[in-house]
Amino acid sequence: MITVESVSKIFNGKPAVDNISFQANDKEILVLLGTSGCGKTTTLKMINRLIEADSGNILIDGKDIHDRKVEELRMGIGFVMQHSGLFPHYTIKQNIAVVPELLKWDKKKIKYRTEELLHKLHLSEDVLSRFPNELSGGQQQRVGIARALIANSPILLMDEPFGALDNITKADIHSEFKSLEELKNKTIILVTHDVQEAFELGQRICLMDKGKIIQTGTPQEILYRPKNDFVKDFFAENRLLLEYKVASLNNVKSFIDSENIINEFQFTGETSVWNALQKLSSDHKNTDAYEILIKAFNDYRKLQIV
Amino acid sequence: MTQQRLWQFVIEQYEKLLTQVVQHLGLTFLSLVLAIIVGLPLGILIARKRKLSNPVLGFAGILQTIPSIALLGFMIPAFGIGATPAIVALLIYALLPIIRNTFTGITGVNPTVIEAAKAMGMNRKQMLFKVELPLAMPVIIAGIRTAAVINVGVATLASFVAAGGLGEFIFGGISLNNSNMILAGAIPAALLAILLDQTIAVLQKSGYQFLKKLKYIIPAVLLVFGVVYLMNSISDKNKLKAGFTPEFMGRQDGDLGLRSVYGLNVNPKVVNDAVMYKAAFENELDLISGYSTDGRIKAFDLYVLEDDKKIFPPYFAAPIIKMKTLEKFPELEKTLNLVAGKFNDSLMTDLNYRSDYLNQTPEKIAKDFLVKNKLYRVSRNGNSGTVRIGSKIFGEQYILTEMYKLLIEGYTNYKVETKTGLGGTKICFDALMNDAVDFYPEYTGTGLLVLLKPSAKTIENVSQNAEKTYRFVDSEFRKQYGIQWLEPLGFNNSYALMMRKKQANELKIKSISDLKKYLDSK
Repeated sequence: MITVESVSKIFNGKPAVDNISFQANDKEILVLLGTSGCGKTTTLKMINRLIEADSGNILIDGKDIHDRKVEELRMGIGFVMQHSGLFPHYTIKQNIAVVPELLKWDKKKIKYRTEELLHKLHLSEDVLSRFPNELSGGQQQRVGIARALIANSPILLMDEPFGALDNITKADIHSEFKSLEELKNKTIILVTHDVQEAFELGQRICLMDKGKIIQTGTPQEILYRPKNDFVKDFFAENRLLLEYKVASLNNVKSFIDSENIINEFQFTGETSVWNALQKLSSDHKNTDAYEILIKAFNDYRKLQIV
Repeated sequence: MTQQRLWQFVIEQYEKLLTQVVQHLGLTFLSLVLAIIVGLPLGILIARKRKLSNPVLGFAGILQTIPSIALLGFMIPAFGIGATPAIVALLIYALLPIIRNTFTGITGVNPTVIEAAKAMGMNRKQMLFKVELPLAMPVIIAGIRTAAVINVGVATLASFVAAGGLGEFIFGGISLNNSNMILAGAIPAALLAILLDQTIAVLQKSGYQFLKKLKYIIPAVLLVFGVVYLMNSISDKNKLKAGFTPEFMGRQDGDLGLRSVYGLNVNPKVVNDAVMYKAAFENELDLISGYSTDGRIKAFDLYVLEDDKKIFPPYFAAPIIKMKTLEKFPELEKTLNLVAGKFNDSLMTDLNYRSDYLNQTPEKIAKDFLVKNKLYRVSRNGNSGTVRIGSKIFGEQYILTEMYKLLIEGYTNYKVETKTGLGGTKICFDALMNDAVDFYPEYTGTGLLVLLKPSAKTIENVSQNAEKTYRFVDSEFRKQYGIQWLEPLGFNNSYALMMRKKQANELKIKSISDLKKYLDSK
């Protein structure tokens, strides 16, 4: 659990982060969402002390982050950066092994763990002997994630981790990311300016603006119960798409007459309405099911927007 | 023809050449290693503490601008002569590129990578050795490359302070008018610079992984050369430490004559005359070759050993000038001869003393002398043609040049331009032959032995007395070069061996034969 209490940071007389408080619960993915310059990256970097807060407290599992040596603190927190931040003079193998080397793991353990992660992240073993500049952007980012995961630290901080990727690669990595078992029992704080990414990955979202948190909540809450016009306007452009995405089949189930749709197409209750519609729309034989789902979603939506 | 002769020279002298190459590399590498040991941490320090970067780089920059000979001069009181001052001077020249490139290299490392290293929990030391230094390495090596090339060049000056190196051939050759000797020093020096540059370039491109494999080999190679050099320079077991100028080393009326006529072999070090007297004064050297009218003999209380077997021929000073030039400036001969015969040895020594020790300017000394001899006239500011006077690079010549300038300006309507400080007989004489200067004061002995180089028999024959030498060089110069020797000034500035007066008295050495006897005893 990460607790941020009334933390501020001032750069050149201007508050970059202005007295913010929030909490990331165990095993949840909390997204800090906002436009550039809103203070989200500064907030993230204060947690592993890449930037020192001017005031306020940050606690991890109830302990102040200043109680430990800064190097120890950082070794216990995985960090993924926008531009992978891999060492250009190290091979991929050496890059992944940086933290274990610092922790003085033995070679066998490093090798085993490296192979395990490569497999999970869909990287082939022959990248190991290559250098970062010989890899594609997507591969580099996967290596960056492997590097952050290797030491099994319970906390993962991610600073625009997929920001430099093209949309198709990004979509692939998103779906891999969500299904990665490694991440299920970690507390993750992810910074992004991409609204769709925030809704896709975040269990809770902190919407930030000008160094302050405007609203914190689940995607549904933030979409259907915006605190003010800023929040409403922030999602206006993607609104419909987001609504389809945040609604799961479980949500709309009660508005469907025939129970069979879920089982017939091998959906689960967790599948989003958007994904289900995508699948149904790819074949015109499914037009009936498609229309039933649309209708159910519309009924569900009416209740949300009261 | 020259090519053939150069090869002959190299083959004849290959042992000496090899020693000089090893000395040269030793000096370069040793100073380079020291410069890396000093410069790298300094560069790292100022990359950490940016506030220090301006003062440190500024200071290293100032050191860099000190002319190399001046720097070597400063070194003598502190470090004596030999390897130490040379290495310290080279170290100073190598510092700036190494510090600056280390600083630039480290501060130029991509900040994202630095942040990643921090975020993974590296401490400062781990970050430096695992990230910053490896990534800065190409830039740092580029700095070392620059320093290495600079040092190969500057190391030629090491011969000025008896540290050896290829400068011995280069400066000896310049003094002795021996092109082959110059080339035998200069070509290997240039090749060493190119070779070193290219070798380091390969290292620079080979990347960090390759360098890691070589990290023990390179320092080892550098150190081996350094140690070999030091071993050589320390193995010195002579009773008296002798230091001769490169010119003296190669002359019949110098070290060669001492060996053949006196049978005297003192294992001399090669040293520049600018620092030689001081080194003798400071007990760094006991026996030096010098000029008999040098002011520093008086200043440093030195004693000139008597040349009892007459190997040093007379060196009467007189202006030499092309006969063609005398026709062009008809009043010149008369004017220059105004001071002919007005000097003697002790008078010239005194003038030199004023310049070298009392630090009076050559202008003042020249004017005082003319006023005293009632020869001084105010400049006419004439404008009918310019006479260019050359001089070699020591005090006496500067004084004579000023004196001639005052005379020409006072007695004729010519303008005067001076080109002082031409480094050695060859450069002066070449300048005269190529009409870059119109005349300069030369010495009959030099004319005979360095420029004319007649047979040994002729030398023996004409160097018996001063008058005969003068007549011989004058007639030969007219014949061979169309150059005339004007009337001699009246002093004899010949080569001489000298010691500290105190030591000479203690050891009861009055003549070169006494010296030989002393060295042979025990």
